[in-house]
Amino acid sequence: METGKQIELTEQQKKSRRARNIALALLLAAFAIILYIGTWAKFGANILNRAL
Amino acid sequence: MAIAEPTNPAVEISSAMPRDYFALLKPRVMSLVIFTALVGMLIAPISIGPALGTIAILCIAVGAGASGALNMWYDADIDAVMRRTVSRPIPGNRVSPGEALVFGLVLAGFSIVTLGLLTNWLAAGLLAFTIFFYSVIYTAWLKRSTPQNIVIGGAAGAFPPVIGWAAMTGSIGLEPLVLFTIIFLWTPPHFWALALFTADDYARAGVPMMPNVAGDRSTRKQILIYSVLLAVSGIAPWYLGMAGIGYVIFATVMGLNFIRLAWLVLQESSEGDNKAAKKLFGFSIIYLFALFAALLIENVLLRML
Repeated sequence: METGKQIELTEQQKKSRRARNIALALLLAAFAIILYIGTWAKFGANILNRAL
Repeated sequence: MAIAEPTNPAVEISSAMPRDYFALLKPRVMSLVIFTALVGMLIAPISIGPALGTIAILCIAVGAGASGALNMWYDADIDAVMRRTVSRPIPGNRVSPGEALVFGLVLAGFSIVTLGLLTNWLAAGLLAFTIFFYSVIYTAWLKRSTPQNIVIGGAAGAFPPVIGWAAMTGSIGLEPLVLFTIIFLWTPPHFWALALFTADDYARAGVPMMPNVAGDRSTRKQILIYSVLLAVSGIAPWYLGMAGIGYVIFATVMGLNFIRLAWLVLQESSEGDNKAAKKLFGFSIIYLFALFAALLIENVLLRML
């Protein structure tokens, strides 16, 4: 197999890769927010009530 | 970065857009799942609050979407020869089978764990079982091996209200099982009505749907039998005290219309244009949405009064 050769992405491939990256970033951010809100909703202030 | 040139760059480098991945989730099926799960949650006697309730619905929706992606991964060969499914992301060469598989597995894992951590593990276990049942028992096993495929497989579509109830209460009661029964009995007449006017498509794909195996007449008879059972089960929420007089009148009228349309399907000639079957298929979707909406409206109203 030939090595050392760059692959040139087509415009369509670049465009779709960028769109996928943005979608993934938004989904990860949404997931973090969901866990944050969910944790507060489930435990409330009790989240701080633990042995130190 | 220096990498080897792939044998077929068009396949190796993805051109999939986010909407292609969204299509893998079967959004139309998902909307029915969201709605039925929501009814299961809102008729429950205990509430976990709007924030956790919304997250639970989201988890159930994503779990259902994961099943859709796993189904499209396994069924790509069937989808490629059926008119109704040929433009799906995998046969359309926009998403590779491997991408769909990983996408489905990741979403399944995240939705189950999130639901378990934020509600309870009974609901998460039921969601996991539903995903397993739809992707492995129905898609990989029953669909290609028996004409009873959608009868037994219908259980997967019937689970969402039970998961919704379990997320709220941490238990399984008679009420969600009644909703389960309604969806379970609704599935055969819904899909067989579709199969009557897409029988050649299923035959080409080698899927043993009832019209191709037992014949057109037998399928029409079975549609009528299941429609009667469905209409009776539609009244059960009233009989069990889950709904009032408004619901039972509505459910009876809708049920009788369902039976009437199924009767017209039975009278229809198999040589015709399947007009009655198409009409029953369309009405079956309205029936399920309307029945659950009536149950929801009456429950919410009764609680407010």
